[in-house]
Amino acid sequence: MKIHRYGEHALLADLDDPHEVPVVRAALAALDGVTDAVAGAQTVLVVFEPGHEAAVRAVLDRGDFAAAWTGDPPRSVTIPVRYDGPDLAAVADAVGLTPDEVVDLHCRGSYVVRFCGFAPGFAYLDGLDERLHVPRRSDPRTSVPAGAVGIAGQFTGVYPRPSPGGWQLLGRTDLPLWDPAAPEPALLAPGTSVRFEAQ
Amino acid sequence: MIEIVEPGPLASVQDLGRPGWAALGVPRSGAFDRGAARLANRLVGNDVGAGVLEVTLGGLAFRALDAVTIALTGAPCPGLDWGIAVTLRPGTLVRLGTPVRGLRSYLAARGGLAVAPELGSCSSDLLSGIGPSPLQRGETLAVGPAPTASPSGVAAAPRSGPAEFAIHPGPRVDWFEAGALDRLTAQPWQVRTQSDRVGVRLDGAALRRVRPGELPSEPTLPGAVQVPADGRPIVFGPDAPVTGGYPVIAVLTEVALDAAAQVRPGDLVRFRLSSRLR
Repeated sequence: MKIHRYGEHALLADLDDPHEVPVVRAALAALDGVTDAVAGAQTVLVVFEPGHEAAVRAVLDRGDFAAAWTGDPPRSVTIPVRYDGPDLAAVADAVGLTPDEVVDLHCRGSYVVRFCGFAPGFAYLDGLDERLHVPRRSDPRTSVPAGAVGIAGQFTGVYPRPSPGGWQLLGRTDLPLWDPAAPEPALLAPGTSVRFEAQ
Repeated sequence: MIEIVEPGPLASVQDLGRPGWAALGVPRSGAFDRGAARLANRLVGNDVGAGVLEVTLGGLAFRALDAVTIALTGAPCPGLDWGIAVTLRPGTLVRLGTPVRGLRSYLAARGGLAVAPELGSCSSDLLSGIGPSPLQRGETLAVGPAPTASPSGVAAAPRSGPAEFAIHPGPRVDWFEAGALDRLTAQPWQVRTQSDRVGVRLDGAALRRVRPGELPSEPTLPGAVQVPADGRPIVFGPDAPVTGGYPVIAVLTEVALDAAAQVRPGDLVRFRLSSRLR
């Protein structure tokens, strides 16, 4: 692990194993004086109040994150999907499978939220079958509807709200992903396990 | 209660933002010049985190529907005293002119603006659409109950002089050619017109990278200096997305981020290494 200073009150940890991102993030988020612990694809940014840097560095140096993770166990969510997305046929064509085989592979995966970004509640799900690793669209859409289920590179995800977007869209869910009035506004938070189910 | 007669180019409600939600993809948001927002609140006796108006390039006109004590900080505007609590009689119309210098002015009302919070903050996040919309003509804003603290004192004169941003080296200095940090600090950069609460975009001799492509998405903070493929730095503001795919060459100090809130398109700015580097 490499630790970089990030301004006056934050550190950025480069992890050797990106699959450890959720557990490192959760361990840091549980520390006193930490205001934000934010996951990236291979990094965790930890923002702390003045005077707490030494304690944060000590946890990063010790490296025993599972022990430091005292929070609730991550929840698990099943997302029902209508696989009628506008890019399903093109993706199947690009990877040399039938659309049904693409849907089957997507549903068979067991996924974990590695990080959120792009928009509130947008989760990058780790665990996509390598046969489905396709680049994002060369021509991003100016408008993608809420609930659109897409894939891009090594990740799959669901658009929480209407927005522009470049992911290849396989289908759509009616499950609400983002509700700012709820005590837990995002359905998918870092560490959440996810499965997709064809409707 | 105050009534917005004319919002000007852009005015919104801001407090100190919504830290604690970044892991879900929610930007910090809040006042761009946090020092000025805190000062405005202190002048009227509020908690420093109370909701204030952030007024971009003046032009705001409002009417006090009841007696209210207010204070203006940040960019000084003709039409209202700067840095001192002023009590308005009911019916008083205040019209802010264009600031002589600076870009963002902060207007606190004693009692704080009573706006329903979203994720613990009443800030308008213009990128994510969280919190209230920017102010509209005819809108009324309620003011909360007066705090126990008295309005206090007079502020020192507003900052002046050319902007200089103190920085710490960022996490991805090694993505740039040797000496890139020196090139960042050696030349003046011009503020581009496409600057907003998401980022202050700069123009100058491009910073060259030695690694091509995008970084795997990584978390960022307001104050991060991100360098996209064209080599022209962007200083992230309060509404910047929480993850980004371009390397961060430097990170502004908190005081420098306040200064970044006040630069206007066309201004020249400089970076310098923070003297507090250990």
